[in-house]
Amino acid sequence: MIDFKTIVLIFFGALAVSSAVLVVFLRNIVYSAFSLIATFFSLAVLFIFLSAEFVAGVQVLIYVGGILILFLFALMLSQQLSQKAVKLSSTKLLPAVLLALPMLGIFLFVIYQTDWELVQNIQMEEGVASLASLLLDKYLLPFELASILLLGALVGALLLARPGEK
Amino acid sequence: MESLSIFLHNLTQQTLPLWIFVLLSIVLILFLITLPFAGFATYLERKVSADIQARIGPNRVGPYGLLQFIADGIKLILKEDIIPTASDKIFFRMAPMIVIIGSFSMFVIIPFAQKIVIADLNIGVLYILAMGSFVALGTIMGGWASNNKWSLLGGMRSAASVISYEIPAALALLNVILVSGSMSFGHIVDQQKFFNWNLFHNPFLFISFFIYFISALAEVNRTPFDIPEADSELVGGYHTEYSGMRFALFFLAEYADIFVICAVATAAFLGGWHVPFLNYENIAEGVQLPLQFIITLTKILVLFYVVMWLRWTLPRYRVDQLLGLCWKFLTPLSFLMVILTSMWMLCFGGRSFYGIIIGFFS
Amino acid sequence: MLLDYFHVLMMILVAGCFVPLILFFGKFLRPSKPYSEKLTTYECGEEPVGNAWIQFNLRFYSLAILFIIFEVEIALIFPVFLIYKDQVSASFSLGSVLLFGELIFFVGILILGLAYAWVKRDLDWIRSVRIQ
Repeated sequence: MIDFKTIVLIFFGALAVSSAVLVVFLRNIVYSAFSLIATFFSLAVLFIFLSAEFVAGVQVLIYVGGILILFLFALMLSQQLSQKAVKLSSTKLLPAVLLALPMLGIFLFVIYQTDWELVQNIQMEEGVASLASLLLDKYLLPFELASILLLGALVGALLLARPGEK
Repeated sequence: MESLSIFLHNLTQQTLPLWIFVLLSIVLILFLITLPFAGFATYLERKVSADIQARIGPNRVGPYGLLQFIADGIKLILKEDIIPTASDKIFFRMAPMIVIIGSFSMFVIIPFAQKIVIADLNIGVLYILAMGSFVALGTIMGGWASNNKWSLLGGMRSAASVISYEIPAALALLNVILVSGSMSFGHIVDQQKFFNWNLFHNPFLFISFFIYFISALAEVNRTPFDIPEADSELVGGYHTEYSGMRFALFFLAEYADIFVICAVATAAFLGGWHVPFLNYENIAEGVQLPLQFIITLTKILVLFYVVMWLRWTLPRYRVDQLLGLCWKFLTPLSFLMVILTSMWMLCFGGRSFYGIIIGFFS
Repeated sequence: MLLDYFHVLMMILVAGCFVPLILFFGKFLRPSKPYSEKLTTYECGEEPVGNAWIQFNLRFYSLAILFIIFEVEIALIFPVFLIYKDQVSASFSLGSVLLFGELIFFVGILILGLAYAWVKRDLDWIRSVRIQ
């Protein structure tokens, strides 16, 4: 007898994988962008199962609300969609497979080599608070550096997006 | 804070499985509060606008035209459902669904009273911001799928204004998190007893409330920020091609969103069900919940009236003015408020303005 | 905690079923008499010219970039602000001043980013273009 939790977990795991596959294989680029919604959303659900509700919230907020909208804007400004929706076609199937196979091998190796520990009843009531104290204590330097990284990203992205400036 | 489903579950001595009550609590909140409110809001909107323009407004259906929204609903459900041939059929059908899911799921965390909340999530504030993005996606989807120039322009404008104004809104709510030290709306409301409304916590939160309210108005595309559906420029905006029930669903989502922002503003800044001079501990158990519920709803309705009032008072912004207001005024101001609030918290040890004054006398 | 999110999942399910259900029941009530003229795209009564899936204004793109950067920053400082109150209300100590300084540094860098975008006129909707 599988309980409800497991069913939901399996469902969203399958949804994450299948929608990610669709993102790659759908021919219409706008469809792939929208199928990413399902991927991101089911990833957020998986985060909730890991008791990382904050990460789940951030996942939805940034990826669904931000990155996806950026994708859509990018699609609409970079491609001539006027005659028909942009079709994606993959011609280099063999090199892609050759590249992907070793990757799969590495993943499988890592998955089977890792000694997975089963943790029972994780107490995550103060998950966000402990994350914050880690950020301000142990990982203070990366945290502050992240702001500089973000500044760099902002300047670079705006520089690239500016028309007519080399 | 205890959720409605668990409250009902305990009330019936746990005889039925919990999931029935989960469903029941959702259905209760949705179909007894949200949908009647959205219907009533359309009536109210027309009455208020009529009042402001010295007209009578709907007065044919029922006493004072009170049944107008039912008539509207019947009309909308009897309308033909037209899906243009040139549109993208799948997304055209999906868009209203995504918008509805986004705006309904925000109702999960709205605290109506001590125990009347579907689920008081620990990340409440973040959840509101995150789920709001689904609404933006739905509008873009609808605008794009219609394959209509007006719709596409409307969808794009909507997305641009939503993502821009989410920054000041999030920063304004950050101030609330700063002073209450929690993201769950239950905790936030609990800390605002008597005069301790977050609105009066310190001068910067007072400003933050207005920043939040303005940005939230822009996020739900209400006048003066209704450029996505500016009728005089864009015909109908992102829902130009939608007719009948699908159009009504967009409309419903819009009113639900307004309800949500008013409720969030109430819970985060205006003390939820807390009012000065009212101590809930002195009130009988049975009266407590209805009283809290009525007080919360009154505050929400007052804010809703302000939203409508603004609509008939202010002219519409231009796109460039709208985005300029956001990026050049509200965002820097809200950054400043965040810094000043954290400075206040540092200087006064986390006490509110009221707390400091009380401290002088005792 | 999972129970809380079970509510959210159920809400999404209810909202997701609400739309098809209402449309399904409407099907028995509403007329359905489509003809090709009715199903054309609306364009002020004219025959629609071309397609609406066209290239779009670059302005929206810069906005989305700005938005994502600020959103990531807000997401990063959310947890820090959450513990800020507990840290400062205990007592006025060097630790809380340091915490404040760290936050100001983080926020300050991003305000710098906003200032950069402002100075470089990326926040302007209409931008003056220099003609070569």
